[in-house]
Amino acid sequence: MKSEVKTQPVSRPRGRWLGAFVFLSPGLAYLVVLMLVPLALVFSYTVFQRGRFGGVVYEFTTENFERLFDPLYLSVLLDSLKIAAITTLVALLIGYPTAYLIAQLPKKWKTLALVAIVLPFWTNFIIRVYAWTILLSGPGLVNSALAKVGLGPYELLYNQGTIVAGLLYSYLPLMVLPLYAAIEKLDPQLREASANLGASGFTTFRKVTLPLTVPGVLTGSLFVFVPSFGNFVIPEMLGGNKSIMVGNLIRNQFLSARDWPFGATLSLALIAVLVVLLIVQAWAARRA
Amino acid sequence: MLKIDGISRRFGDVTALDDVSLEIGQGEFFALLGPSGCGKTTLLRIIAGFETPDAGKVTLDGEDLLSRPPNRRPISLMFQSYALFPHMTVAKNVAYGLEREKLPRQEIKQRVGEVLETVGLSAHAARRPAQLSGGQRQRVALARSIVKRPRLLLLDEPLSALDKKVRADMQLELKRLQHEVGITFVVVTHDQEEAMSLADRIAVFDRGTVRQVDEPISLYERPRSPFVADFVGANNLFSGEASGLDGIKSEKFGMLAGTPLEELEAGTGALLAVRPEKIELADASATRGLAGEVLDVSFYGGVSHISVDVPGHPKPVLVAVQGAASVRPGAKVKVRWNAEDAVIMAADQ
Repeated sequence: MKSEVKTQPVSRPRGRWLGAFVFLSPGLAYLVVLMLVPLALVFSYTVFQRGRFGGVVYEFTTENFERLFDPLYLSVLLDSLKIAAITTLVALLIGYPTAYLIAQLPKKWKTLALVAIVLPFWTNFIIRVYAWTILLSGPGLVNSALAKVGLGPYELLYNQGTIVAGLLYSYLPLMVLPLYAAIEKLDPQLREASANLGASGFTTFRKVTLPLTVPGVLTGSLFVFVPSFGNFVIPEMLGGNKSIMVGNLIRNQFLSARDWPFGATLSLALIAVLVVLLIVQAWAARRA
Repeated sequence: MLKIDGISRRFGDVTALDDVSLEIGQGEFFALLGPSGCGKTTLLRIIAGFETPDAGKVTLDGEDLLSRPPNRRPISLMFQSYALFPHMTVAKNVAYGLEREKLPRQEIKQRVGEVLETVGLSAHAARRPAQLSGGQRQRVALARSIVKRPRLLLLDEPLSALDKKVRADMQLELKRLQHEVGITFVVVTHDQEEAMSLADRIAVFDRGTVRQVDEPISLYERPRSPFVADFVGANNLFSGEASGLDGIKSEKFGMLAGTPLEELEAGTGALLAVRPEKIELADASATRGLAGEVLDVSFYGGVSHISVDVPGHPKPVLVAVQGAASVRPGAKVKVRWNAEDAVIMAADQ
């Protein structure tokens, strides 16, 4: 009898593992089937040759990686990095004061302001971006307004600036929300303590508020940078054919050029850049 | 030194401070005591500059304080939550105020070292606030406040976040420090024991007004209003009419002996207050005293508290005796006191 009683606690951990597995399995299955397997497939294509009419011929080659370093493609990657970086920086410069202001509002207005920030998401993304082409086109609203005061018309569409504006417009909320969360949870007494110790408003911001909201800055920057870097809808609609981003390139390789292996290689390059950034972000967030 | 003159502050319908005037002397340890919501913290925030009064003046050594922004006042505030900067080390926290004064690096280092020595945290200079205990954090906050050598140090509930044992140590330490640095301290507290043990003088606040400003012993022995009598320390209150003699006329108990603190017109409403330790417990057969029955006996180590139900009195009469009590619940007793041990004041209108 005694030994039977003793065996019970030993079997309990096994039951716990089983329970964990049962509850985790839907999520695990989802990740394995819909992320790991496709990712492995795409990555495996990078070392094979293209088929004549699309598809993949399973013969080993390093040609895809050699092409990656072709100045033509390299400049597309660098351009994409530049556009995403500028978008992120401008989003931070606009987003931080916005988030700061919202965090100071009375409670009732806070909710309203946050809803207003998220509101654009309720309209279809394509429609919102398309609206910009109407606003900025040659005879569009902006130019006709400028014409009334005797200016223009300007070529507002189809350049890198337009792409940045479009990305900024689309992803600014993703910057504001994490920043708001970081600023909101700051103890207001820290700012009072800083003032009490003789710091001006600007010094308090530089020495106390900003350093303590660095995690929010990093998260917001990542949230804006990642979708901007790989974006292909906005550059296509607002950038015309002149400036192509890495997202467009990948899309074209798969759908127009039918070069799946090179498209896969470009995807790998894009993911590699993002993984490096994620690691940097995680490292910086831990230090902050 | 610090002069508060006719300060009023309203928040919507609530009057936080109503025409408050106080004068605090150089080097004094002054306490603002009152229940929560009595306006004492609002007054502290007005002095520090985080709140603006609707009316009144505050001057420090004759200089107007209210026209200065909070970062230009020679006043340090120790926050109730300590408000230590979580991303800085202890040394950096303490140095923060000196760095704002643009002092030479060498001097900052030396003064931070000295003050950490004073509060006994030299070994913890490189730690972050999160790695410290509550008592240590409190001492960092204190060091950060005094290192600037302010003319006035405000402390908002300085000991409320500490457990009882640490609190007693810190009380002693605060007093020692105040002697050592010679800075005027103004402490806000709702804990009357804390106020009495720390302060040279105490201002008792009630709903935005100052009820009494006095030294701890006077406040305890000669409360001037029913609120102070009830709030500061335990007390037994009996209501009745002033008799013109040493005592009040009570409806239920007849004459109760006591000493009027001021001349009261016979027949006006009066209140008699007698401290638990001044009451004597006598046999039921005693000739003098109010008859009652022991409800409960609590032993606290050095003292015992006995509550006695006296028929006709709304609350049990509290009696404190040295050591263990000799009576048990249910015993018939009489409670009595000497006229000089009970004070009589005018009842609230």
